[in-house]
Amino acid sequence: MIRKVVANAEEAIAGIKSGMTLMLGGFGLCGIPENSITALKNSGVNNLTCISNNAGVDDFGLGLLLQTRQIKKMISSYVGENDLFEKLMLSGELEVDLVPQGTLAERCRAAGAGIPAFYTPAGYGTEVAEGKEVRWFNGKPHLLEHAFSADYAFVKAWKGDEAGNLIYKGTARNFNPMMAMAGKITVAEVEELVPAGELDPNEIHTPGIFVQRIFQGNSYEKRIENRTVRSKS
Amino acid sequence: MALDKNGIARRIAQEMKDGYYVNLGIGIPTLVANYIPEGISVEFQSENGILGMGPFPFEEDVDADLINAGKQTITALPGAAYFDSATSFAMIRGQHVHMTVLGAMEVAQNGDIANWKIPGKMVKGMGGAMDLVASADNIIVAMMHTNRAGESKLLTKCTLPITGVACVKKVVTDLAVLDITPHGFELREVAPGISIEDVRNATEGKLIVNDGVIEMRI
Repeated sequence: MIRKVVANAEEAIAGIKSGMTLMLGGFGLCGIPENSITALKNSGVNNLTCISNNAGVDDFGLGLLLQTRQIKKMISSYVGENDLFEKLMLSGELEVDLVPQGTLAERCRAAGAGIPAFYTPAGYGTEVAEGKEVRWFNGKPHLLEHAFSADYAFVKAWKGDEAGNLIYKGTARNFNPMMAMAGKITVAEVEELVPAGELDPNEIHTPGIFVQRIFQGNSYEKRIENRTVRSKS
Repeated sequence: MALDKNGIARRIAQEMKDGYYVNLGIGIPTLVANYIPEGISVEFQSENGILGMGPFPFEEDVDADLINAGKQTITALPGAAYFDSATSFAMIRGQHVHMTVLGAMEVAQNGDIANWKIPGKMVKGMGGAMDLVASADNIIVAMMHTNRAGESKLLTKCTLPITGVACVKKVVTDLAVLDITPHGFELREVAPGISIEDVRNATEGKLIVNDGVIEMRI
């Protein structure tokens, strides 16, 4: 079996250099690679371009790398939950490229699937369309959008095995499977790492071919952004 | 009297048909789930990756790995499915979702919608809104008829950066139900106690009033 298991997050981020482009899975704080983000922060790499649906909150998720000014540019669909982000963006310290969420997902998927570009109706007639080729199909206008390119992808799964196969839990799946496909080097962190053969091949979400390094995270805070509950009365 | 947010949600819920898959946006649209008419079965899709979304959990059932697109903790109903973001937007772009309810800052009489950016003030991003409005056939906007300054949100032309072009089909506000037609906002229903004149005064865009305007039944 191809050796993919590394001891920890520090080992998993080996080779990361300042100025690289990274993908990071997660939706809000759900399904984010917590341990890898901490290791990136401690490594001190900077000038990073990060492709991630959101930018975390002020003191968690990618917000940690914003605090330390390690991110040069964010490519996201929604960044509303982060005050520091807004400040850095308005002051020009942070470049931001806002991309419609479905287009963001498809640009990741395309990158991993060997599709250099595709047409989508999303964003036609808006600021997002500026400078993009428009083509009509079935009587509707579409924009040409290009696949991303990422040096590293960091994803988080519930369970993984030594072969790099991954299973996600609930809505923590989100962008992780497409980003796993897209990274030149994909680092998967999992809550539970098991020997090959223990996961049912029928249940695998991300086949191991997309994963180059895998480790079991030390701890998961799994912070909740909006804890909404109903009462029993 | 003008409707409150729950009244708007209650009226929109009447638009649902049995067997619909429905995507609800953040804000007033989320409330629509509370008013599904009896005898109607619908399933809610949330674009972060769930079909068959249920109500908020009891305290002891809160799961950090189970949220909706508003990042609220939720539950999954029997028959639910989880999927990745590319699959989720395949459902949306591929028009498998039958009805989309969104909030808006402005709607224009041709169906343009603005709900993602106020230049210089608020730039949070469009999230999935641009994908939703570009593809969905059945887009209903839930919003107040005027903003906090009392200015109309139903306009000849949007003043804010738009989210999508000529896509809104129907607008339900605290004052009225209006269809977007080739000629402008066609008034269908008024809220209880609201006159056609009240709606006219609160609508900057072209308002068309034909015979048969009725009072909303909610």
